[in-house]
Amino acid sequence: MQITPEDARSATLSTRQVQGSPSVMGRVLDSDIWYSFTRSWITMLAALITLVLILSAVFAHQIAPNDPFNLESLSLLDGSKPPFWSADGEWRFPLGTDQQGRCVLSSILFGMRISLIVGFLGVLLAASIGITLGLVAGYLGGTVDSVIMRVADVQLTFPAILIALLIDGTMRALVGTARSEVLVFWVLVVSIGLSFWVQYARTVRGSTMVERNKEYVQAARLIGLGNVTILFRHVLPNVVGPVLVIATINMALAIITEATLSFLGVGLPPTEPSLGTLIRLGNEFLFSGEWWVVIFPGLTLAILVLAINLLGDWLRDALNPKLR
Amino acid sequence: MLAYILRSLTQATLVMLAVAFIAFSMFRYVGDPVASIVGQDATLKDRQELSESLGLNDPFPLQFARFLGNALQGDLGISYRQGRPVADLLIERLPATIELAVISAIVALGLGLILGIYAALNRKGVIANIVMSVSLIGVSLPTFLIGVGLIFLFSVYLRWLPSFGRGEVVAFGWWTTGLLTESGRKSLIMPVITLGFFQLTLIMRLVRAEMLEVMRTEYIKFARARGLSDGKVHYRHALRNAMVPVITITGLQLGSIIAFAIVTETVFNWPGLGALFVRSVEVVDIPVMAAYLMFVGLVFVVVNLIVDVLYFLVDPRLRGGITVPAR
Repeated sequence: MQITPEDARSATLSTRQVQGSPSVMGRVLDSDIWYSFTRSWITMLAALITLVLILSAVFAHQIAPNDPFNLESLSLLDGSKPPFWSADGEWRFPLGTDQQGRCVLSSILFGMRISLIVGFLGVLLAASIGITLGLVAGYLGGTVDSVIMRVADVQLTFPAILIALLIDGTMRALVGTARSEVLVFWVLVVSIGLSFWVQYARTVRGSTMVERNKEYVQAARLIGLGNVTILFRHVLPNVVGPVLVIATINMALAIITEATLSFLGVGLPPTEPSLGTLIRLGNEFLFSGEWWVVIFPGLTLAILVLAINLLGDWLRDALNPKLR
Repeated sequence: MLAYILRSLTQATLVMLAVAFIAFSMFRYVGDPVASIVGQDATLKDRQELSESLGLNDPFPLQFARFLGNALQGDLGISYRQGRPVADLLIERLPATIELAVISAIVALGLGLILGIYAALNRKGVIANIVMSVSLIGVSLPTFLIGVGLIFLFSVYLRWLPSFGRGEVVAFGWWTTGLLTESGRKSLIMPVITLGFFQLTLIMRLVRAEMLEVMRTEYIKFARARGLSDGKVHYRHALRNAMVPVITITGLQLGSIIAFAIVTETVFNWPGLGALFVRSVEVVDIPVMAAYLMFVGLVFVVVNLIVDVLYFLVDPRLRGGITVPAR
């Protein structure tokens, strides 16, 4: 089950009953959301930055000046070069190189790509688990509901980073220490997914309990549809709106969690570095004066997270009818 | 009152049992306890005998009961990697974490209150706006990034503060403290800022929001109409009522401080429980992971319990009614 932006948009727009302009573009430009978007220059800036960062991560292969993973092109002679504006800097490596001669800018581009993918898949997993459990809990009620919500309550008492660390450790034990990069990648995704599902479950459960008693659900039941069909075809589109807000804010949290785990040394290995791994590796060279190896990945992470957070905040306010 | 506390106690016990159960399952089923004790060349017979003597062939409830009994007596098993009792490891590192966490909490709460009240009372002020903007960044930045930034500024660039360890510590029995030596105090500064910053911004924003909310109520208008001084209105009437949610959140945040200490301790090589836990995750040392889980569970449960009781004492509305706040 995937929530595409189209689904989410139509879900939010359908409640608003925008009429007159039949084209999608026209509807978007005519909506309250677009209006509030254009009223806030901070939001537009955040959107622009997010877009630029995501695009440069997607097209990392095309725009990266060097290939940090190609051992043939690496040369120790290029090691520890400062950024281009320093006296020793070269334009070949705009943000300098690390000790092994890897271009910092290229490493950041590829690292950000991995961070974004892990964050996105983690959020997707968390949302899928949370929405499913929330739908089931809200629709069935009774024992199923109380069991799911009890588990959610207990999990909510503990911070997500702790849960993610525990799951990460347990899964490492289960899959053995001789693990491949691909496996570590999925361990991370699952750790993040399992740490963040509670919020989705709670929100979806709440709105499902409201929807459950509406006439369209009764009608669907009356014509003999199964519970699964009713839940995913009929109830889901009506409860998925608020999930979008949580998902946006969670995306920033997921990226932070991944970076933290990688920084702690239990995330992605140096052979497949994310932004967190880059910061951990660069941190070791902080005292030898090569500040650029750690500061630039750190700044990138900070800007990425801040921009996504600002977008999430705006979306929350824009979709909140109380604030209009 | 009694019923309320009893209910909280029952809930706490249940949560603790659940946590112990998870810890036990990890302990027992993740990784093979026998394989981690005997060498590669142990015969099948040796293994079976060991497994028998460890009671691994007993029925599940019996094993769980024994695990609980041992844990209650302070026996948390033996670390796979260090070969020492886990309880000893925990106690050795406990003071460092407690000292860091408590001081961070005090700083976060104190500064958070002051800044929050200031920002609420001078809503349009320039300083208040700057403080609010900085706090927005503080909420978004990952903890470890703040730590790395501080090290870069104060240790590498300015060379003012040490970047790792606790400095010199003074021991009182099993307790150690870095507060009595200069190097100890210096070593505390950056970890405390790193650990407390998120909580500080959170408490500050909360206090501000609550104060603004309370300042709009009728009884504040009435207090002003009675001609009370600004100070009395702000601190006697408004602040007191704004404190209720602040106490709850602060209590719950104490738990998060312990959890985020994991990150801070790793950044600053702080010899505390969190660093021990990260090491154990890295090398898959299950007994240490399980014990840490139970320790954190205990801290959370106790803090929640205290918050429940405090809530009850602070908010008179709860005492009269039968309703219990749904959390």
